[in-house]
Amino acid sequence: MEPVIEVRHLVKTFRTTRVLDDISLKLEKGMNMAILGKSGVGKSVLAKCIVRLIDPDEGEIRVLGQNMLELDAMELDEVRKRIGYIFQGGALYDSMTVQENLEFQVRRTKEEMSQADLDALVEESLRNVGLLEAIHKMPAELSGGMKKRVAVARTLIFKPEIIVYDEPTTGLDPVTAGEISELILNVQEKYNTSSLIITHDMKCVKMTANHLKIIANGRFYTQGSWADLYQSTDPEIRGYFH
Amino acid sequence: MKILRTNESLNNFFSEIGGLVLFARNVGQQFFRAPFEYRELVKQGYFIGVKTLPLVAITAFIMGMVLTLQSRPVLMDFGAGALLPGMVSVSFIREIGPVITALLCAGKISSGIGAELGAMKVTEQLDAMEVSGTKPLNFVVATRVIATTCLVPILAFIADAIGMLGSYLSINMYEPMSVVLFFSQAFDSLRFYDIIPATIKTFFFGFFIGLIGSYKGYTTGQGTEAVGMSANAAVVSSSLAIFLIDLIAVQLSNLIYGI
Ligand SMILES: Nc1ncnc2c1ncn2[C@@H]1O[C@H](COP(=O)(O)OP(=O)(O)O)[C@@H](O)[C@H]1O
Ligand SMILES: [Mg+2]
Repeated sequence: MEPVIEVRHLVKTFRTTRVLDDISLKLEKGMNMAILGKSGVGKSVLAKCIVRLIDPDEGEIRVLGQNMLELDAMELDEVRKRIGYIFQGGALYDSMTVQENLEFQVRRTKEEMSQADLDALVEESLRNVGLLEAIHKMPAELSGGMKKRVAVARTLIFKPEIIVYDEPTTGLDPVTAGEISELILNVQEKYNTSSLIITHDMKCVKMTANHLKIIANGRFYTQGSWADLYQSTDPEIRGYFH
Repeated sequence: MKILRTNESLNNFFSEIGGLVLFARNVGQQFFRAPFEYRELVKQGYFIGVKTLPLVAITAFIMGMVLTLQSRPVLMDFGAGALLPGMVSVSFIREIGPVITALLCAGKISSGIGAELGAMKVTEQLDAMEVSGTKPLNFVVATRVIATTCLVPILAFIADAIGMLGSYLSINMYEPMSVVLFFSQAFDSLRFYDIIPATIKTFFFGFFIGLIGSYKGYTTGQGTEAVGMSANAAVVSSSLAIFLIDLIAVQLSNLIYGI
């Protein structure tokens, strides 16, 4: 079967710095891939290239069987609806309540849906992230962990096949971080998603990922399962496990 | 070295213009594209109106008074006091009302839009809209540009009215004059070619105030300080645009009416 995400020889340069220099990866259906790397190596740039928020200079990106670099705006939006993207800070629309945050995407992209169906969908998404009680709150009233949960709920509303998590646990206390990792697993089970998890939280990696890749200098430095990398004696890799 | 630097800033200037033109094209396409956001449009229009109306009203009132008080002695010296209402109405409706309103809106609205969209950009809210297929150019930008395009002319009209009121009251500080006489003298001097171009240009002022604020916000760089820079750049660029449009408008109307 074709992988849900396939990236080949991706290159991206900002002004003079080559942030991504020949990146290739395959995300198979049902797989949870963790992408590790130091701050500023280009993890977010890679994730944004995959959904075409950033246009790469060279390379090929196929998502769910579509060549992302050749789609027109309408086709691109169709593919994007099948991908959930959790931004580092949550990126909740701060002028809208939690409920409006969730409704917004549906209201703006699907023409026909009754208010009752929409309410049910919003409720289901929020219940699945355990935050139904926050439905009428504004984003500013939520804690960091709650914002992440709402962000997840917001993408669940489209029942995505792939979810990209950009540093889902960064900036959270260890307990909340653990809860978010749980949530990632729950979502994976319930919605049968494949995920790309960008992180440097090793507890999160251990709990959620079945394949690890480490970026350094614009390329994948190494890859493998937790067990493979855990046994490595390379100090560059050992650094992540301590 | 110096030449190189001038060259670079000239380059920047033209790439900004190019960026703005492309942005305008993309936003323009959204004007006619579903889903149309009446609710957001009304909300933005309301905010813009409420935020600027008091400022515009007070400024126009003072400008009307100042213009009258300053011109009166000179006109009196020439024994042309009766021309005062006409002179004030022509200069206010042609120039002062529209330009003052537009500049105030550049300072208040364009910077506000620049900062708001800049914050949305920096916190990745615009990206979040983009990846969920909700077309932020349509929802966020087109509504704001339409709102400013419609509201600046209305605000300018109100500024004209309040400016004339200020003028009337300040004439009355010296000698009583009936409202009817004041306004009949004021409107007697007004011609079609004073009103039409002045009205048309306010739509352009409004359009560019919204567009430049949105463009600066939308292209905000990374980090919090970039938001402040965008708000600032929005004021500077839209004020400059207002004067350019004003210059073009006067040349065009002189050409058309053959003056
Ligand atoms: N839109 C952009 N314009 C210019 N430089 C960028 C942009 N996005 C990211 N960069 C640069 O690319 C590098 C990688 O950034 P990023 O992918 O955010 O790192 P991280 O791995 O921490 O997520 C950084 O040096 C950053 O400054
Ligand atoms: Mg990042």
